[in-house]
Amino acid sequence: MTRFVALAPSNPQSWDLADSQQMNHSAVAGLVLADLAERDSRIVVLTADLKHSNGTVDFERRHPKRFFNVGIAEQHMVTMAAGMATFGLVPYVATFASYASLLCAEQLRTDLAYPGLPVRVLAHHAGISLGFYGTSHHATEDFGLLRSIANMTVVCPCDAASTRRALVDTLDLPGPIYFRLGRGREQDVYGPGAPQFHVGRMGLLRTGDDLTIVANGITVSAALGAADRLAGEGIEAAVLDAHTVRPFDAEGLRSVVARSGRLLVAEEHNVIGGVASACADALVDAGISGIRMRRAGLPPDEYALIAPPTALWAHYGLDTDGLLATARELLGS
Amino acid sequence: MTDGAATRSAGAEAGLVSEIKVRAAMIRRETIRLIGVAKSGHYTSVFSAAEILATLYSGVMRISDDPEWAERDRLILSKGHVAVGVYPLLAERGYIAPELLNEYTRLGNPLGDHPDMRRVPGIDFSSGSLGHGLSVGVGMAQAARLRGYNHTRIWVLLGDQELNEGQIWEAAQAASHYRLSNLTAIVDRNQMGLDGRTEEVLAVEPIRDRFEAFGWWVVEVDGHEPDELAATLTNLPHAGSQRPVCVIAHTVKGKGLRYMELSRVWHLGYLAPSDAGQALRELDQP
Repeated sequence: MTRFVALAPSNPQSWDLADSQQMNHSAVAGLVLADLAERDSRIVVLTADLKHSNGTVDFERRHPKRFFNVGIAEQHMVTMAAGMATFGLVPYVATFASYASLLCAEQLRTDLAYPGLPVRVLAHHAGISLGFYGTSHHATEDFGLLRSIANMTVVCPCDAASTRRALVDTLDLPGPIYFRLGRGREQDVYGPGAPQFHVGRMGLLRTGDDLTIVANGITVSAALGAADRLAGEGIEAAVLDAHTVRPFDAEGLRSVVARSGRLLVAEEHNVIGGVASACADALVDAGISGIRMRRAGLPPDEYALIAPPTALWAHYGLDTDGLLATARELLGS
Repeated sequence: MTDGAATRSAGAEAGLVSEIKVRAAMIRRETIRLIGVAKSGHYTSVFSAAEILATLYSGVMRISDDPEWAERDRLILSKGHVAVGVYPLLAERGYIAPELLNEYTRLGNPLGDHPDMRRVPGIDFSSGSLGHGLSVGVGMAQAARLRGYNHTRIWVLLGDQELNEGQIWEAAQAASHYRLSNLTAIVDRNQMGLDGRTEEVLAVEPIRDRFEAFGWWVVEVDGHEPDELAATLTNLPHAGSQRPVCVIAHTVKGKGLRYMELSRVWHLGYLAPSDAGQALRELDQP
């Protein structure tokens, strides 16, 4: 590790592993679940040889008999959790989002959603947050895939505090839940006073009548940064945290976007099938036309370049500067 | 083949053996009747498993009048296409109304070719996509332990060609790692997949060696002999053995109707009413 650092001088803001470990503060699921499990015997946690990456080791330390490392066998893990859920347990399965969604798509649909079992999928390191580890480790299709699965709830908290609230407030929600989580180094958006996590309701983080920005996950803080900069120019942008992708808060979107008539959707996902598509569905379903819309995300036919994640977000226009540029283009249209 | 279990129970279990025979015959007859309603179905996959299912439902599985009894044994039909042979057993037990069978697969009826746990009392898990059932069983066996249900056994009925599925072996390695002695897999070794003989489609042998290498305790039985099945399934290693059990039940796909036995073209089929009548007469012959 020392040699690695010497060869590659790096900036913590680039999320290079060697320098950014101290930023690892939002991978809180293991600790939150360990606390919950103190008073709820239904909770069990499974992971697939990634307990140190996703922090479920924190759960194992306190509840070793309710922790199951299934080895590198993700599909088995999801189905095994389904079997456990039929006994009244509430299993949380944790693995990289790419495997949780794409590799285990059939298990999510047929073994969790179809029988409506309360298994919670902690799909971490989502989007392109694994940077130069490449496409095999990226999840930029999961929203699109999961949005069409009946009975599935899909949430995407953006920081440590909202992840904590999301886990606590959904404990008794019926059916399966897909938690799309980041890499654990996300900037704080909500802080300790995070509001209750209302599944299916967008969070209005900022009001404004000139533009509406819909974001979730890593793009929420970028959107707030862009809105701040626009405010300095006298342009007021509303920012919505679309932390629930399914069921989607169509009414929440329509009530805000109707004021501005301009919609910018920012997501760490292919522009097809995800939050932007959910927004378009909501508008079309209500017969709302004339909204000018831009989608920030991965281009339809592109797999991400090789780079550290922060460089990728900048390249694909998902950081504050990128969203600002797209917002200006939209405002000028 | 059954490590002496058969001799221990011989004679004393004559009543049970006859009960299994009657029930297996009922499964075959009802399967012909129900598929007659659907006009398409998996006769042969049920016929190979008829004695296995009849044995499980003749007092081997710990179940009660309440299909939701928490500490009951579970049966996962990993080869979900055998469900048409299970529905009559559920009706016989009073879990579902017998009239439902008459409208099998018709619009709004809960009974389909593959079973739905949310619509059919007595179905412990929804299945149909091959390869998933053993993982379900591992989860249930682990959960039964956590719940302190020390007498609950989890049964998983596997097809033989299904053993090609990779997830089976993900589950198999987990079962022995967790020492799940409360988990029993029964392989319906009926020798056939859809496209032909298993060893020609893609070999599944040596099944015994494979499961043993994965840390399982393996026993082989004649899957059409009620006495052998009953003796084996009622004398499985107890919880202290610390190993999951694989019962390889040697069977014949389509067993009971000569022209269906080991016939590739009968994986999915339909008997017209006149043929069904003839088939029922053939089944009745000793």
